[in-house]
Amino acid sequence: MTHPVDPEGRAARFIALEVHESTHDRLVWGIRQHRDQAVAGVPEWEELRELASQIKEHTLTHLDQYLEQFEANATRLGTHVHWARDAHEHNSVVYDVLRAHKVKSLIKSKSMLQEECGMTPYLQKRGIEVTESDLGERIQQLSGEPPSHIVAPAIHKLSSDVAALFAKELGTDPKDSDPHHLAEAMRQHARPRFLAADAGMTGANFAVAETGGFVVCTNEGNADIGASLPPLHVASIGIEKLIPRARDLGVFIRMLSRSAAGTPITQYTSHFHGPRRGGELHVVLVDNTRSDRLGSPDFWQALKCIRCGACLNTCPVYRRGGGLSYGATYSGPIGVILDPGFDLSKYRELPFHSSLCGSCTEVCPVKIDISDQIYKWRRVVAAKGLLRLTKRVGMSALGTTLAHPALFHAAESVGESALEHLPRFLLYNALNPWGRHRELPAVPRQTFRQWYLEKRREPHEPT
Amino acid sequence: MSPRDAILEAVRRNLPRPTVPLPEFPGFPGGGETLLPCFRRQLEAMGGRSFEVPGAADARAKVAELFPDAKVVCSAAPEVLGTRRVADVRDPHELNDVDVGVVRSPLGVAEAGAVWLTQSELVVNALGVLSQHLVILLDPAAVVETMHDAYARIDLAASPYGVFLAGPSATGDIAGVIIHGAQGARSLTVLLLAPAGQEGAGK
Repeated sequence: MTHPVDPEGRAARFIALEVHESTHDRLVWGIRQHRDQAVAGVPEWEELRELASQIKEHTLTHLDQYLEQFEANATRLGTHVHWARDAHEHNSVVYDVLRAHKVKSLIKSKSMLQEECGMTPYLQKRGIEVTESDLGERIQQLSGEPPSHIVAPAIHKLSSDVAALFAKELGTDPKDSDPHHLAEAMRQHARPRFLAADAGMTGANFAVAETGGFVVCTNEGNADIGASLPPLHVASIGIEKLIPRARDLGVFIRMLSRSAAGTPITQYTSHFHGPRRGGELHVVLVDNTRSDRLGSPDFWQALKCIRCGACLNTCPVYRRGGGLSYGATYSGPIGVILDPGFDLSKYRELPFHSSLCGSCTEVCPVKIDISDQIYKWRRVVAAKGLLRLTKRVGMSALGTTLAHPALFHAAESVGESALEHLPRFLLYNALNPWGRHRELPAVPRQTFRQWYLEKRREPHEPT
Repeated sequence: MSPRDAILEAVRRNLPRPTVPLPEFPGFPGGGETLLPCFRRQLEAMGGRSFEVPGAADARAKVAELFPDAKVVCSAAPEVLGTRRVADVRDPHELNDVDVGVVRSPLGVAEAGAVWLTQSELVVNALGVLSQHLVILLDPAAVVETMHDAYARIDLAASPYGVFLAGPSATGDIAGVIIHGAQGARSLTVLLLAPAGQEGAGK
C-alpha cells in the first residue's frame, strides 16, 4: 500500500516562514477578487454556468460518439490521431513520435495532463532535452518542484525566491528581485531554446468534435511560439476535453479567463485545425482513469472541469497551506476530488484537507458539486479502512455518543467542564494539527439543552 | 484490442445515465453599448492601445512615429510595406529579428478587446508571436459584440491556425505582478482603418 502524502506536515513546512503564508493568501485571494469583478460584468453569468454544465454533461453522456467524430474530422484535416489508455502509453506514444522525427530538444507549454503522466522525466531519461516555456512552469522546473497552482504554477514563491533561483540557474543578479527584470531574463533565456527546438508540445483546453480541432489558452503566447516555429507539434488531450460544436466555445471562452484571472479572455486563445503550412501535427487522446471515473455516479461530474483554478483561489485551506501541500498533480478543492481517483491509498488524507465550507462549489463555472464530492471521498476512505488511527478512534467514539441521547447529554456537561479545566495539551497536541494556530471560543455557562429546557418553562408570549 | 478500441469500449461501458440533451442556445443581447468604444476600452484593459487613422499613408506614418528605432518591419498587410514582406519568408525562424510585425485582422470582439488572426492573414504564423511589437489593422466596422457573435462569424476548420489576440503577451507568474512581453509581442497596437478601397465604407 502506498505511503499517504501528509498535507498538514507539508503545509507546516511551507508556512514555517510566515511571509509565505501571508503573501500567498493575499495574492490568491486577489485573483478571487478580480474574478468577482469580471463576473459581475456579465449579467448572464448564471445562465452561462448552467449552459456550460449542460454542454459538458451532454458531451460526457455521449462521449464515445464525440471522440469518434473528433477523430474522423481531425484525420481529414491531416492531423495524426493517437490513443493512450494510461500515462505510460501516453509517454511511449509521444516518445515514438519524437524519435521518428529525431527530436533532441523539445519546447513545451503548460499541460496538466503531461504533468499527470510524468512525461518530462520519462523523455529526459531517454535523452530528450525538455524545456518548459511558461514562466511559472519554468520556475518550477528549475526548482525541481511540480506546479503549485493549475494556472499560476509558482504563485507560492516570493519574488526574492525567484531572484535567488535565477541567480543560480540563469546567472542574474541575486539582489535584483524586480519581477520585470526577472521576466525579461527568462524571455532572453527562452528565445534561443524556442529557435533551437526540434518539436513543440502543448496541452489543450478544449477539443471540438464538429471541427476536429483544439484550443489552447495562454497569456504568454508561449504555446503559439512552440506550435509555429519547430516543424513538429504534438498535443496531449484528455478525453474529457471534448465539446460538441464550435459555437459552444463562445460559452467556455467567456467563462475560462474570467474565472481564472478576472480578465474577459486570455491574451492568446489559439485554435489548431490540422498541420500548419510546412508542419506536422499529432494529437494523443488520453484516458488514464477518465473512463473509470465516467462510470462512477458520485464522481463523474468532476470530468466537467475546465481547469480554471477558481476553486483554488477561493479555498481557505489552499490559500493558507499552498498548493505543494497536496503532494499531487492537482491541488486545491479540485485536486482533493481528482487525486484520490488516481491513487486512493496515496491521497487518502486529501479529502480531510478541507473545511467543507462549500465556496468552491459556488465559484465553479461548470457547476461541479466539489464540496459534496469531497465529503463523499471521505466516506470512500472510511469504507476502505484507510482512515488514520486518530480519526478512526475519534469518529467511532463520536458515533457511539451521537447514537445514544443519554450518553450525549452526559458528554455535553462533562465536555463543558472539561474544556475549562483540562490541561491544554489534550487539545493542542501533536496529534491534532487543526489545534495549532487556533484557540477555542470561551465555553458557555449552559449547554443548549439546559438553556432550551429552561426557556420552555417560561410562559409563551403571543406574537 | 487496440488502445483506441479499448478506450471507446470502456467509455461506452461507463457512460453516465440518464443522458443529458444538448442545450438550446438562447440569444445574449448585449448591453447596447456602442461597439467601438467598448472594444477600445477592453483592449486597453488587456494592455493594448488603439488609434484611428484616416488612410493608408497615415497608418505608415503612425508606425514610423510609434517605432522610430525599428530596423526590421515585417508586414503582411498591403497598406504598410515595411522593410520585409512576409510572403518572402521561407522559414519561420527568419522572423526572429523582427522589431515590428504588421497584419490585418478581419474581426474584432468588443467584450474581450480581441482581434482574430489566421494563417490566411499572417501567412507565417510565427509573425504574430516572434515580432517584438505588433501592429494590427482593423476595420472599425468589423467589430462584433461578444464571443458568441465572433464564433458565429468564423469557420474554424478553414485555417490550420486561428487566434484571438487580446493585447500583448503577458504574465503574472512572479508575485502576481502583470508584465507585458512575456514570450510573445511586447506591445500590441490596433490601427482602426477600413481595408484599401473601402475607406469610410463601414462608418
